[in-house]
Amino acid sequence: MNSSMLFNVTTFAYLISTVVFFAFLASKNKAVGIAGSFIAYAGLAAQTVAIALRWKESYDMGVGHAPMSNLYESIVFFSWTIILLFAYIDIRYKYRIIGAFVVPFALLGMAWAQLGMNTGIEPLVPALQSNWLLYHVITCFLGYAAFAVACGISMMYLIKTAIEGTSSSAPAGGLMSMFPPLKVLDDLNYRSIMIGFPLLTLGIITGAAWANYAWGTYWSWDPKETWSLIVWFVYAAFLHARITKGWVGKRAAWLSVIGFAATIFCYLGVNLFLSGLHSYGGGAK
Amino acid sequence: MATTDKNFVTSVWDMFCSLKLTLFLLISLALTSIIGTILPQGALPPEYVASISTTKLQIYSKLGFFDMYHSWWFITLLYVFSLNLISCSIKRLPHVFKFISQPTLILGEGVRNSSSLKKELVFSGSIDHAKERLVAFLGKEFSTPVITEHNGEYHLFAQKAAWCRLGVYVVHFSILVIFVGAIIGSLAGYKGFVNIVEGTSVNAFQRQNGQQMPLGFEVFCENFNVEFYSTGAPKEFRSILTVQENGKPVPGFSKIKVIVNEPMTYKGITFYQSSYGQASEGSEHFISVTPRNGGAAEKLSVREGAAVTLKDGTVFKLLEATQEVRQFAPGFSGPAARIEVTSKGSTPRTFIAFKNFPEVNAQRGDALIFGYEGSTAKQYTGLQVAKDPGVWVVWLGCALMVIGISVAFFMSHKRIWVVVTKGHARMYGNASKNQAAFQMQFEDISEKFQEIKI
Ligand code: HEM
Repeated sequence: MNSSMLFNVTTFAYLISTVVFFAFLASKNKAVGIAGSFIAYAGLAAQTVAIALRWKESYDMGVGHAPMSNLYESIVFFSWTIILLFAYIDIRYKYRIIGAFVVPFALLGMAWAQLGMNTGIEPLVPALQSNWLLYHVITCFLGYAAFAVACGISMMYLIKTAIEGTSSSAPAGGLMSMFPPLKVLDDLNYRSIMIGFPLLTLGIITGAAWANYAWGTYWSWDPKETWSLIVWFVYAAFLHARITKGWVGKRAAWLSVIGFAATIFCYLGVNLFLSGLHSYGGGAK
Repeated sequence: MATTDKNFVTSVWDMFCSLKLTLFLLISLALTSIIGTILPQGALPPEYVASISTTKLQIYSKLGFFDMYHSWWFITLLYVFSLNLISCSIKRLPHVFKFISQPTLILGEGVRNSSSLKKELVFSGSIDHAKERLVAFLGKEFSTPVITEHNGEYHLFAQKAAWCRLGVYVVHFSILVIFVGAIIGSLAGYKGFVNIVEGTSVNAFQRQNGQQMPLGFEVFCENFNVEFYSTGAPKEFRSILTVQENGKPVPGFSKIKVIVNEPMTYKGITFYQSSYGQASEGSEHFISVTPRNGGAAEKLSVREGAAVTLKDGTVFKLLEATQEVRQFAPGFSGPAARIEVTSKGSTPRTFIAFKNFPEVNAQRGDALIFGYEGSTAKQYTGLQVAKDPGVWVVWLGCALMVIGISVAFFMSHKRIWVVVTKGHARMYGNASKNQAAFQMQFEDISEKFQEIKI
């Protein structure tokens, strides 16, 4: 058994979990929901072992480094964190249905990584030979994953308001009865961002510290840096929107969705469309 | 007139204190920042200038789009942002301090009724006795309460971590600290670049604006080296540097290894490994020429670009040479030269002569076998030079920000009131953050509360 096979197993598990969660939405059958969660957890377990194994394999190859050094490895870590956070919300708050809006993000990530990317283990080029790489990548991607979860929850919020209207007293029938109440969704959205925002802040700071250490400039308005700051501004706006009259609820949920769109652009769009110092994304075929 | 002036001042002040302005600024900063990630910044590449129309180029330049993060309007946005931050703090901080230093000791009727966390205890003992018991209880289970007598009732008030309401202000203050650090850096710091040829030293570097600037000491490059992985990817760029003052090495700064991600700092000036190249001016290259039919090898010494006519009339020219051929000829390594050979009466042919692969050399050429024997050529190391006395202020700001955010998000100001009247005591709770966690704590305390026998 090697890491690459286990990553395929993981991808497959997330695919099945997504399908089962959609079936859960349609059937409202509790047992189906439980199955969706457990398949996702099985995928998480496989992925955890796979990441550890890949780490070990890199040492066996004599180019040992943490598996977070290129686009492929970062996407895998991103998916792993999304499911980890989903597990936390599922176990802690018992709103299983959120899986239908969150597991697909992890599935998309893994599917793209496994099918569209160069999966080989590569030695670290001089620019990446630094412990800062690890601190920087871990904090950024934990933050991104929290934003993915927040985005899924915000989409649920927006769907629910669109169908039911904002009046929470409306007798919720049909599909919407499975969604948590708006207040809960709003709260969970805020909680996810409360996890993501400090991590993104740390991610930007560790990135700046590394840049200063390696190049002597903590901030150079490189497109990746700038986009991470844009994301940070959007979520700072979200935090202040929640305490501003007229911005609570729907507008805050939109800010969360926009924030995640900006996050994805920061992560992928910058590598694909813009040029800069972070040529880290060269792993895409 | 005076009143309208006053109204005007108040409305400007209110505008600077408003969170709507904050949202406007945060969103404006996010949107405008995008421009600089799409348009090239700084010196424009000629291809870009050729690709857009002159009017567009002029408009963009006028608007400062090609150096947008230093343009007047972006800097203005940052100033207004700072003003907004300062005004908001000035307006709210006194209230927060008052809130902390003069807490609500007496819980009004309205708050009691709307409180979501409450518990009642019925007792038969005297009210004073009950008060004593409950003070001890709160002190043990939560924190020591303040006692106030009011309308024949006792109000016990206990709180925890009131100071964490200041966390948000620490975050906001930290942003200003970072700005101050950045301003110090831009006024008192500098950045530049220097190339040092192996075996030589420099005492100045070139600033970003093109000026030469003295270092105040010398940096000597003992040696520069590149190592590769077996895949051909670079593994390490390494300079060995020695700092000298008055021609003598400075103790502790002799033969320092500088690689990417491991710079060297001396007297506040830091040197970063950044590039390298070959200093080929005036260097000699050595070429061996061996007759294929046996016979003594001849060693030639030539310069790049120079042509030499050999004894048999063959014209030989050294086109270029490198000390590491890997990036040009995958599968090979070490020094190599590209040469052009014109045998008498035939057309010129070019090929690569290696130092480490004589058997490959032997497959080329006709009557003569050409090999490369290295050169006196030196490499130079390219170093980024930077000094930034504001950087510590920036890190201080970052530390404050992380601490402030942790406090603002993960700590909560918890308050418990117990109102003791004749025959019953009612307990109320409130937390500034993370209500769910506090609710559990409150329920825990409530259970013990209800078991008190008075
Ligand atoms: C013009 C700039 C800003 C102004 C005027 C401003 C103002 C405020 C105000 C008035 C509050 C409410 C405080 C309270 O609850 O009493 C607040 C909360 C907060 N601000 Fe700012 N702020 C600004 C920028 C920022 C930025 C850039 C950050 C980024 C770290 C930030 C982080 C926070 C946080 C974390 C909170 C707490 C939010 C919460 O508890 O949900 N602020 N801000």
